[in-house]
Amino acid sequence: MSPRRAKVAVIHAPSSVGVSVHRVEGVDKVTGAARYLDDLVVPGVLHGRTVRSVVPRGRIRRVTLDPAFDWKGVVVADHRDIPGENVVALIANDQPLLAVDEVRHAEEPILLVAHENPERAEAARLAVKVEIEPLEAVLTVEDALARRALVHGDDNVFKEIVIARGDLERGFSDADLVIEGEYRSGHQEQLYIENNAMLAERTRDGGLFVRGSLQCPYYVHRALERMFALPAGKVRVLQTVTGGGFGGKEEYPSMIGGHAALLAWKSGRPVKIVYDRLEDIAATTKRHPAVSRLRAGVMRDGTLTALDFDLVMDGGAYETLTAVVLSRGAIHAAGPYRWPNVRIRARGVATNTPPNGAFRGFGAPQTQFALECHMDRIAAALGMDAVELRHRNAVRIGDVTPTGQVLKESVGARQVLERVAARSKWSAARREIERANAAAEVAERSARTVNGGRRLRRGLGVSLVYHGAGFTGSGEVRLASLAAMDLDRDGHPRVRVANTEIGQGTTTMFAQLAAEALRVPAEFVRIEDPDTGSVPDSGPTVASRTCMVVGGLVAECATAMRERLELFAERPIKGANDFAHVARRYLAARGALRIERRYRRPPGIEWDDASYRGDAYGVFSYASCAIEVEVDLDTCETRVVHVQTAQDIGKAIHPVLAAGQIEGGTLQGLGWALLEELRWKEGRVWNHQLTNYIIPTSADAPPIEVEIVEIPYSHGPHGAKGVGELPMDAPAPAVVAAIAHATGVAVSEIPVTPERLRRALREAGR
Amino acid sequence: MSRPIRVTMTVNGRRRHVTVPAMKRLRDVLREDLKLSGSKEGCGEGECGACSVLIDGKSVNSCLVPAAQASGARIVTIEGLARGRRLSALQRAFIELGGAQCGICTPGMLITATELLQRAKGRVPGDQEVREALAGNLCRCTGYQKIVDAVRAAARTRVSAKRAKARPRAAAARTRVSAKRSARPKTRRP
Amino acid sequence: MRAALSAIEVLRPRGLSHALELIASEPQPVPLAGGTDLFVALNAGAEPRTRFLDLSPLAALRGIRSSREGVTIGSLTTFREIREHAGLRHLPALVAAAAEVGGWQIQNRATLGGNIANASPAGDALPVLLAHEARVKIASVRGEREIAIDRLFTGYRQLAIERDELIVSIHVPWPTRGAVALFRKVGTRRAQSISKVVFCGVLHVAGRGMERVRLAYGSMAPVPVRARAAENALEGSALPAPQGAGSPGSPDVSESSAAAARRALSKDLAPIDDIRSDRDYRMDIAGRLIEQLLRVAAFSPRR
Repeated sequence: MSPRRAKVAVIHAPSSVGVSVHRVEGVDKVTGAARYLDDLVVPGVLHGRTVRSVVPRGRIRRVTLDPAFDWKGVVVADHRDIPGENVVALIANDQPLLAVDEVRHAEEPILLVAHENPERAEAARLAVKVEIEPLEAVLTVEDALARRALVHGDDNVFKEIVIARGDLERGFSDADLVIEGEYRSGHQEQLYIENNAMLAERTRDGGLFVRGSLQCPYYVHRALERMFALPAGKVRVLQTVTGGGFGGKEEYPSMIGGHAALLAWKSGRPVKIVYDRLEDIAATTKRHPAVSRLRAGVMRDGTLTALDFDLVMDGGAYETLTAVVLSRGAIHAAGPYRWPNVRIRARGVATNTPPNGAFRGFGAPQTQFALECHMDRIAAALGMDAVELRHRNAVRIGDVTPTGQVLKESVGARQVLERVAARSKWSAARREIERANAAAEVAERSARTVNGGRRLRRGLGVSLVYHGAGFTGSGEVRLASLAAMDLDRDGHPRVRVANTEIGQGTTTMFAQLAAEALRVPAEFVRIEDPDTGSVPDSGPTVASRTCMVVGGLVAECATAMRERLELFAERPIKGANDFAHVARRYLAARGALRIERRYRRPPGIEWDDASYRGDAYGVFSYASCAIEVEVDLDTCETRVVHVQTAQDIGKAIHPVLAAGQIEGGTLQGLGWALLEELRWKEGRVWNHQLTNYIIPTSADAPPIEVEIVEIPYSHGPHGAKGVGELPMDAPAPAVVAAIAHATGVAVSEIPVTPERLRRALREAGR
Repeated sequence: MSRPIRVTMTVNGRRRHVTVPAMKRLRDVLREDLKLSGSKEGCGEGECGACSVLIDGKSVNSCLVPAAQASGARIVTIEGLARGRRLSALQRAFIELGGAQCGICTPGMLITATELLQRAKGRVPGDQEVREALAGNLCRCTGYQKIVDAVRAAARTRVSAKRAKARPRAAAARTRVSAKRSARPKTRRP
Repeated sequence: MRAALSAIEVLRPRGLSHALELIASEPQPVPLAGGTDLFVALNAGAEPRTRFLDLSPLAALRGIRSSREGVTIGSLTTFREIREHAGLRHLPALVAAAAEVGGWQIQNRATLGGNIANASPAGDALPVLLAHEARVKIASVRGEREIAIDRLFTGYRQLAIERDELIVSIHVPWPTRGAVALFRKVGTRRAQSISKVVFCGVLHVAGRGMERVRLAYGSMAPVPVRARAAENALEGSALPAPQGAGSPGSPDVSESSAAAARRALSKDLAPIDDIRSDRDYRMDIAGRLIEQLLRVAAFSPRR
């Protein structure tokens, strides 16, 4: 594969970092030249299809191939064909590649078929008859906790985490007010527009070459080693141009890649598995539903004294990533506030629904949604302004989080809140809206028609959140990411990392960081494809870590490369031509130049996995949103009018790409808050089409104004912290607060569909 | 198998003949028979718009058009928007203003935006007008903000191009960066 | 795509009479217009039929023609054409409905005749046609006939059309002078959505009274329906007072008749809980849309 050439035009020379250079693969993407997996033409390819369970739980009695069907040319594979272990290796390693004798969730894969004609492959799928004896299924967290049936261990609990700090009893006795609440959020589908797609081939040396739409090539690589009992060197995984991920292509591509590889292994032919939308929504991972019960103590002046947070997340049928999602959710549950006394108890439970998995935010949106709604409830009880309550309690340098982490630097909580309050003209805007709402009410009572007969009310809400960048706790130490740079034949510097471009701008950002250190233009830098055959394992593209952690390693590699070449040339290198000249001389004289850097824990960061205490993350990013909505009191529809947001991400390496992350994450948050809901029927996803799983269109999207606040982090490249997930945390609670401002009713469950809002208004007697 | 039919159409200015099943989707004809893989598929049911192409100047979902109905049509796909290596004003604006992220919706988005600008006849469409026009093209990455900005910037380019050669406005006007180290923020625009 | 498209046969007629012969042939083909509904079913593997009749060559089914009585719209007219046709400005509800059918891509392909033939209870244009008392012209080898739109929908996705008949055109009479019309689609989002409730109301006004009232709903019953009991509850009662005329706090929206109309809806409508909404919400919103219509009428400048 040819390296991705950095076709980067520099708008403002000479610096790369902080400048919005053109996206590396931009021209390919606007001309239709970019090749996604389904665009690859492979001679002799077979099209794979997956036969799945139609019940949420049961025992497989019999699998029959319809004798009336013409099976000529059809490849069939089941669990007995797996050369290695029947497991999709991840953390707990509890999920099989293909079901053996029991199914634990609807859509669980049982058998695979493939044919060179996709119509025949589909017909073959329908000609497989699976008889399953249904067993009682657990479909909700309530059912799981009530042990309606035992589907995992003796309590249906995958994982329990307790985080405690201070003296909770004392905190509540110090409080003037104790406020309780329960908040719920449901499944959310990542809904990348490119469905999951993988292609597998058997190589001549008896190994496997697997390509696909994915975030983490080494996750797929390790899973394939296990399934096929192959040594690492016999497996090669390459990411193709990927049409969105958002976490949805973190762990599930190992499953699809395994299926395609199994069919390829058995048939000796290349096999493509491209899900259609129905299959993708029905079968793949979702955001974990969560139920949060909160009890908070507060003094009359707004000082928070105690928080007791009980969290339950629905992990689905296999543990997969639930323990880590739960962990991030729990660690973020107290929000960016000073709580002298806090206890967080978090449980991830098993149900007979498809396993929930990674989705932008990874547990933190769920808990901070609950916490922020609760902050508004506290403000209302105190009769205090929502911004003032937050500002009074927001963390500053020196404050301590529930895990005992002392925040030592780059704490932008108050600044982002101040910026959002200023830019939204918070107090004046709230008063103006209240006046307008009162006037509308009077007008309607006098039978005056305004707004085309619609009874509209506006509202403005605010939120404040934070998000830890990188893997939790000792995760980064365990990952021990390795990044490399070398020189290509033409004397261009080349970045070799396994981190993937999934739309967020990874390649462009790496080119910029390397270019800055090398003092060359970004378009001079080449980025190797994420191919496990040619790049080291720099860790997965998840957890807002790519820029802060891996970008930092790339910048170190580039700095070392420049020093090495300057030492060789015995003079400073000036610009791209000079670099290429020196590099070619180096290659001729000394041979290849390869620089590697491995992650080292920054000094002063300590974490203890056993006690769950210490520095959960190197640093946090901070965000605040002010969101204005308009509610139609007749139909209970909510329209988001405007979003103001300020986000402290340390440093925007590329301001346009960073703003793009923030705007995109914000709209996903708005979708989660208002529209996106999975409907279930007998344990199966009912709304598995784009006509009925509803994401925002451009007509639903408000203008989003972004202010990037840069409070640098000393261990991030140029001060950069994480940006990918943070924007997802802030919108939902601000929407709920805005609706409460408009209607007087604070709902406690999202999405706030018109039906749900109408019920809430009715219960409140409005 | 029913008998394939012969279909003649003009694709990106070239007359093309294919012999295909009558109900074969135009999207599949373009991708498989004409090797134009720029038209994508996100849903197969006319919701996402990733397969959009222009038929006689109008944006349609090519996953909902049978080959039989494309007979005699003038079709423009994403591959036909640039003149040789010269990108259209819309394509340039998408690159400069960050309108494409993962890129899977971009071909369809550019097709519908092309129809919008043709209908606007040199007028710069309003923010809300762009949002309504593009509602049949789902994007999950951008939040649409930079797409709307890019479409309007391209329209401005087309307007001003009549007078002088101009480029779409660079820089994202909606993004502010404030570098803050002390209590009082100094703000600057990128 | 879950259907085997290569197995599907498509008949191409040379003209309307040929099309009528083809559709009378066995096995009877499925008429194919813009395809925007049919391909959704094919994609999901939910359309087992394998013989289709492509209507697109039939020029006789295209075009919008105005007369003194009203407007006649060819069944192959797309929603884009309806949105843009200057002659339809006196039917703002129809234009509004056309603008809310899917995104541009759908509006550029989907046809008014297809919307009727698909007979979905959620068809966006259907309440507009019902509230405006449209008539549908149908042809077969046996000849042509006209049927009032409110007699067309006989059951869930069933039409009072024989299998060998084709929809030729739709005639919509002009509303009376000073009539007030409201179209409102309450969907799953602001664009490109399927309705939870879709409504069209037309008030024909005489003096201060509501002489004739036509209320029609989609997604509120197995078929798009007229709400006749609610219409009766309003007909003959006074319109709400215009701005400033009523005393504050007690609008003149003949509140009793509005309330009676809302109550009467339970006789007219039978919504269900489904994938998009629930019965309770739908019933409530259906009633509130009548109130919105009355508020619009109260302020209408036409009187």
